[in-house]
Amino acid sequence: MLRLLSIELQKLRYNRSVKVISIVYFSLILFISAIASIEFDFANVNFRIADQGIFNFPYIWHFNTYIAAILKIFLAIVIVSMMSNEYSYRTLKQNLIDGLSKREFIISKFLTVVLFAIVSTVFVFIVSMILGLVFSDYKEMGIIFSDLEYLFAYFIKLVGFFSFCMFLGIWVKRSAFAIGFLVIWQIFEGLVAILFQYIRVKTEVNLFETVYNFFPLDAMSDLIKEPFSRLGAVQSAANQLGEEFTKTYEVGFMPILIVSIWTLLFVYWSYVILKRRDL
Amino acid sequence: METILTLNNLTKKFGPITAVNNLSFSIEKGNVYGILGPNGSGKSTTLGIVLNVVNKTSGDYSWFNGTESTHEALKKVGAIIERPNFYPYMTAAQNLELVCKIKGVDTSKIDEKLKVVELYERKHSKFSTFSLGMKQRLAIASALLNDPEILILDEPTNGLDPQGIHQIREIIKVIASQGTTILLASHLLDEVEKVCTHVVILRKGVSLYSGSVEGMNASHGFFVVSAANKQQLQAELSTNPAFGTIKEEGENLVAYLNEPMDASEFNRQMHAKGIALSHLVKRKESLEEQFLEITKNLN
Repeated sequence: MLRLLSIELQKLRYNRSVKVISIVYFSLILFISAIASIEFDFANVNFRIADQGIFNFPYIWHFNTYIAAILKIFLAIVIVSMMSNEYSYRTLKQNLIDGLSKREFIISKFLTVVLFAIVSTVFVFIVSMILGLVFSDYKEMGIIFSDLEYLFAYFIKLVGFFSFCMFLGIWVKRSAFAIGFLVIWQIFEGLVAILFQYIRVKTEVNLFETVYNFFPLDAMSDLIKEPFSRLGAVQSAANQLGEEFTKTYEVGFMPILIVSIWTLLFVYWSYVILKRRDL
Repeated sequence: METILTLNNLTKKFGPITAVNNLSFSIEKGNVYGILGPNGSGKSTTLGIVLNVVNKTSGDYSWFNGTESTHEALKKVGAIIERPNFYPYMTAAQNLELVCKIKGVDTSKIDEKLKVVELYERKHSKFSTFSLGMKQRLAIASALLNDPEILILDEPTNGLDPQGIHQIREIIKVIASQGTTILLASHLLDEVEKVCTHVVILRKGVSLYSGSVEGMNASHGFFVVSAANKQQLQAELSTNPAFGTIKEEGENLVAYLNEPMDASEFNRQMHAKGIALSHLVKRKESLEEQFLEITKNLN
């Protein structure tokens, strides 16, 4: 396993665009936290995002994993190009000739996907921990380490998403088309959502829970629900308007299961495609 | 003798096209094999199948008497196909390091192999800066990293300039002289003729000949002759049962022998018939001529 991982890391280590994109990705996470902690001074009104309670434990786990997950598209580019490059450089063929089996090839790619997800998760954990320790109003041990399931959900989300990218890269062979397909798929899920909404209004048949939640991208976004309406300031504003949020923000078991199954399918399909293909 | 690779009725179809048709041959340790065939005859497909990158349609093949799985066996094989494939952003040494990791061998041989192909000075240059000849030599270095049981080369001199071709051939000769089994696919016959002991001739995926190079040269050769009276000579040759095909080549006639006959005997016969030869040379067909003969017969 270590051999397969080190093969893949050797390929990535010397690739300048991979390095640049990864650095951009991790700096963006840092950058966003930095902005949040800057004190704005508008017309004598001191305003600091960090003071709005977003960095309170344990809410910070929810908030930061949600925000960091938006940036995953940067690493998606790395994943897609690490697949499609193997085709364009024709090194996939050479790797196999040199004695890597197709199975090992897929495993080495998947291990890298998992590694990227682990590194991102650890990075988000460290950044959130530091921000929390600086800005949080509550610093009791029990509170700090509660709600850590958001980090787990974040990890599952990344692995699922990157596996989807890996599958697209293997299948489509070209990074631009693979990313394009990802966008088209997102639009497709969006259109289906509109259709289902229309059906629900017209016939009261709710296809969201029976069908829509099983779509890969929707399942991934269900893993970590939007954290904004949970924010104390937003909630109290809503209360004043007579609205009340009764949403649950917990990490559900179903999305984790669905995304895990999609991950398995993407990896398996990647293998099947590679196995059937004449290179 | 130790068998390295055996092919049994191997067939590959691409849709309606049969690229490799019922191909069987085996490769023994220590020989230098040539796979000959015009472009599109199925050479690369055959190599692709045994190298695990093309899926066979039917038949089978086995490495080292089937004692190991294909990808394990390939770790003991060195192969370069079509054109050299490396990561352009890595240096020569980094690319070879990667191959070492895949093959599971130590990286200590990298310098040595780079010296064999005269690329040691460029070991820290990026692959993308290499000329085609250098890329091809790097591919050979990479194929040699594991001191392979067999070296498979598919059109190794394709697209190279004369100097590059010469360099590659010299390297191949050196490797062959060290006793490494070589399988060389090529459409360049003199290339095969110069280094190979055995040949497999392919045409449209069918094996036309498989055996030693000498065995292939088993014909009795031919005479290139001319005389002042060409018509008379031609008439005489065509009635002589010792000759098969007779061709005109400019001023000369080329007469292929059906049975052994030496030049002086032929000269005596002609003299007896009152034909004075102004030119007489006996030759054996070169591999190229044989090859064209063999592949043409099936048209």
